[in-house]
Amino acid sequence: MTTSAPPAAGPAPITGTIVAPRTSRWPIFGWFAFLFLIASQVTAIVISPPDRDMGHLEKILYVHVPAAWMTMLAPLTVLVFGLRYLWKRREQDDLLAAAAAEVATTFAGLTLVLGMIWARPTWGVWWTWDARLTSTLVLFLILAGYLALRALIDDPDRRAQWSAVVGILGAINVPIVYMSVRWWRTIHQIQSSPSTVDPAYVIGLRLNAFAFLFLMIYFIRRRYEAALMERAAEHAARAAALGSRQ
Amino acid sequence: MAPPLAPPSPIPAVDASGIARRFGVTWVLRGIDLRLGAGEVLGLLGANGTGKSTFLRIVGTLLRPHAGAVRVFGKDAVRDADAVREVVAYMAHAPGLYDNLTARENLRFAAEMLDRDNSAVDAVLERVGLADAANETVRAFSSGMQRRLAIGRLLLARPRLLLLDEPYSNLDQSGIELMNAIISEHAEAGGAAIVVVHEIAPAAEVLHRTVTIAEGRVAVHPDDHETLISLAASDR
Amino acid sequence: MSLRRDWRRARAIAWKDLTAERRSKAGFNAVTSLAITILVLFGFALGPDTRAVRDAAPGVIWLAALFAGVLAFNRSYQSELDGGALEQLVLYPGSRKAIYAGKLLANFVFVALMLVVIIVAGIILFQVVIPSEWPSLLAIILFGTIGLVTLGTFYAAMSSRSRAREVLLPLLLFPMLVPVLLAAMEATKALLGGNLMSDAGAWARLLIVFDVVFLAATFLAFEAVIEV
Repeated sequence: MTTSAPPAAGPAPITGTIVAPRTSRWPIFGWFAFLFLIASQVTAIVISPPDRDMGHLEKILYVHVPAAWMTMLAPLTVLVFGLRYLWKRREQDDLLAAAAAEVATTFAGLTLVLGMIWARPTWGVWWTWDARLTSTLVLFLILAGYLALRALIDDPDRRAQWSAVVGILGAINVPIVYMSVRWWRTIHQIQSSPSTVDPAYVIGLRLNAFAFLFLMIYFIRRRYEAALMERAAEHAARAAALGSRQ
Repeated sequence: MAPPLAPPSPIPAVDASGIARRFGVTWVLRGIDLRLGAGEVLGLLGANGTGKSTFLRIVGTLLRPHAGAVRVFGKDAVRDADAVREVVAYMAHAPGLYDNLTARENLRFAAEMLDRDNSAVDAVLERVGLADAANETVRAFSSGMQRRLAIGRLLLARPRLLLLDEPYSNLDQSGIELMNAIISEHAEAGGAAIVVVHEIAPAAEVLHRTVTIAEGRVAVHPDDHETLISLAASDR
Repeated sequence: MSLRRDWRRARAIAWKDLTAERRSKAGFNAVTSLAITILVLFGFALGPDTRAVRDAAPGVIWLAALFAGVLAFNRSYQSELDGGALEQLVLYPGSRKAIYAGKLLANFVFVALMLVVIIVAGIILFQVVIPSEWPSLLAIILFGTIGLVTLGTFYAAMSSRSRAREVLLPLLLFPMLVPVLLAAMEATKALLGGNLMSDAGAWARLLIVFDVVFLAATFLAFEAVIEV
């Protein structure tokens, strides 16, 4: 059969194209975040005396603890933007949630490794099954599952919708896991690991907490921008395809 | 067999505008505009992979369009999907049956899901010519028998809009006549139908008009489609 | 009124799944045999000291149920995927929650029956002493199964339709099951241990709370998973 040109009246205009993001202000924020981090680390190291038990090893806490706090914050981002996606079905929300999940995985890994490095000289073992460390490990595995799911689905709609659901349920599960493990250890009357936060260290921790927060926001933003640029390229192809008259 | 439906209403059975859909990066549908009235039977033609099945699925609420909107008897297929599903019956190219169940069990299950009485099942089996094989498992069926069973499921649904994707595949002559009889009765009772076919011949006598999809859009042919239909009909 | 309709549909789906499974001649026997094989392998891993093996029995039984259950959960969507019946299922009018409820019911029956066999085998292989409070033990097994089947059925709705489903289901499911498994294992251990009844009660209550939370969450989320 011969095909001829499409009808004279063109197709309905496509709304909601994704444009590549402007990146003017964020690099400045990135520089600020890195410099703030360096300043915070130096300040913390300088102003705090060596711990009587741990010596200088305790400085690792200035990275480990803020990383742990961010590890809790990032799944919250996945949860919130997953819910937004299910509500509005805008793919930007899905891409942001995915970026947050990737960054969360990195921070979780960092928390775990530093925790192990700190534990070994302190208690003589690489791993303790305490509530915080264990639930961080489970969170890491939940995030690994989330990222694996995304990698295995090709259809973008299905990927976004399923990721949102898996991310939301995973985020809800984290506090439940933490509670279960804590209860588990209490029942078996294991001493909980000492959470020594001498007042002298609080300033250093707070400073670094903010530094890590800024850094995390910056990482998520950059990862999100990269994802947006990919989608922008695909959408340019779409505009070409739908607007073409041949 | 089809129960009396309401007389043809002024609300179009299908009203699609600007329907577009992509798979990954490829845009399969690029802006489909289509309108179908009650009592009309529309044939959807086009080469393989041109998006005919995709369009049917969108009308049937199985897929969401990435642009544009389609209304079925006034209800939006995305926002009022539940309402649309109540009045639509879709037969895919794959029969969608349960191999380990018998023909009767398959239809009984469909009747339960459609909230219909079990008593209708035997009459349907009779109509599609499977009364003798009612207690055999579908695994043992030929593809023609499976197609007939799928047609039986359509009869149970009693829809206002029929969406048929290559319904004549695997059917023998009597099967083709059965399918056409059902479509005609459905249209005469005020229902509408969209039939995807890759060749007009088996459907010629029931189609009122046809539309061809090419490169994701409705193609306008220099030939009038009625001519094609009457040509095919006169060939037989 | 529509609730009764949905319940009718859920029952129809459960019946359909169980009938198809029964006639497939492969599923239940194969999966249960696998579970027993897992028990035996754990026996080799932990034994031959009877004491070590008996202490580990509660955990091992639940793990065997979990690993075998993973196969059952993916299979429960197989009958829809083979012939393209999932499209038809999704198109029937009415709430998709009925589909989920039906599949939950069918999987629950399947896994519960499998667990009966596993537990009998476990008692024999690991020389477990049946406690006098065995009705409480049954209750814990019931609630643990509910939690396991809920999350398994839910995640299998996604994994069964993806690539690498054999890996994806455990990867998604196991971290989510940590609270339920922990509670079930600990409650079982406490009951079999004999002297920690109050702990068993606490874990059992926690298990019920988990069941309720996950049932509610998955029911709400199922539509978003099955419709796309």
